[in-house]
Amino acid sequence: MADEGTRTPAEDQAAAKPVSPALRLRYLVPVFLFVALAAALGVQLLTGEPGKVPSALIDKPVPAFSLPAVQGFEEAGGFETAHLGQGEIALVNVFASWCGPCRVEHPLLMALAEAGTVPIYGINYKDTPADAERWLGRLGNPYARMGADVDGRAGIEWGVYGVPETFVVDGAGRIRHRHVGVLTPQDLDETILPLIEDLRG
Amino acid sequence: MTSVRRALLGATSVLWLALAANAWAFSPDEPLADAALEARARALHAELRCLVCQGQSIADSNAGLAQDMRAVVRERLAAGESDEAVRGFLVERYGDYVLLDPPVKPETYALWFGPAAVLVAGAGLVYVLLRRARSGVGAAGGAAGGPAPLSAEERRRLDALLDDDS
Repeated sequence: MADEGTRTPAEDQAAAKPVSPALRLRYLVPVFLFVALAAALGVQLLTGEPGKVPSALIDKPVPAFSLPAVQGFEEAGGFETAHLGQGEIALVNVFASWCGPCRVEHPLLMALAEAGTVPIYGINYKDTPADAERWLGRLGNPYARMGADVDGRAGIEWGVYGVPETFVVDGAGRIRHRHVGVLTPQDLDETILPLIEDLRG
Repeated sequence: MTSVRRALLGATSVLWLALAANAWAFSPDEPLADAALEARARALHAELRCLVCQGQSIADSNAGLAQDMRAVVRERLAAGESDEAVRGFLVERYGDYVLLDPPVKPETYALWFGPAAVLVAGAGLVYVLLRRARSGVGAAGGAAGGPAPLSAEERRRLDALLDDDS
């Protein structure tokens, strides 16, 4: 006890605070936190598609819309809500002659229509009637029914923000899937067709 | 030399300003006749996201879709709908994403309250660490700060040492 007062400050400190491995690890906590945060943000930054908007319409009934026939295809009639959900699964494709990517996916739609796997309905979005007629005349018409959405209002009903967009509608008239952008054979084989199989049970 | 450059700079600034003003003036929309309704429409336009350009409101965007959406907002207000109903119409179709300010609901709590929570947690941590450091000073007998007061025994020995010297 009499020894107490003769210790140097350094000895005193060492005795009071032994630097344990646990304590040393504590200094690394901010580093770990930083790495974890950076990883989380990095994953969010590098994965996913920032341009894609999550659809609000999945599992909702198709919106109310009624479109007149596309010029030059009057005998087929227009396209409206009542045509969907008659117990038949269908694709609804939003397209326009001014839309480059639509031309890219067009052959795939033609092939799909020819195979008769699933009926395809078309919404001709904000197109000039004469241009749409010429475009379909040259490239072919894969659509079982088509409607001309000249002012884009049906597009807003469907939550469309870019063309092409493709929806899968089930037999009860509910939207089950939405694809934004060009439909590729891979999208068809890996997502759309399996989903249709699934819905058919 | 500098005066020429300054004149050139002035001329280009004027040109840019003119172009900017021109872009600003671009508005193909038909404003509503009722000034109060039009003001509500403008306010709604400013809080709705243009889905094509995404970083802009539909009020600021010249995209075709933004133009259509502006018209939809005006039509619905003119038909007597409330601001809430118009907002709801677009949210139903485009999701919460169409609102530039995300709504406060359980999924967005982290977004709205996260920063404040982090601030409070940080302040708490600083407080705890400061307190621990201060109480640590007392326990270590002045090792890391000012000297602790001498005990009676220490005082006695110190006095004895000082007495020795004199």
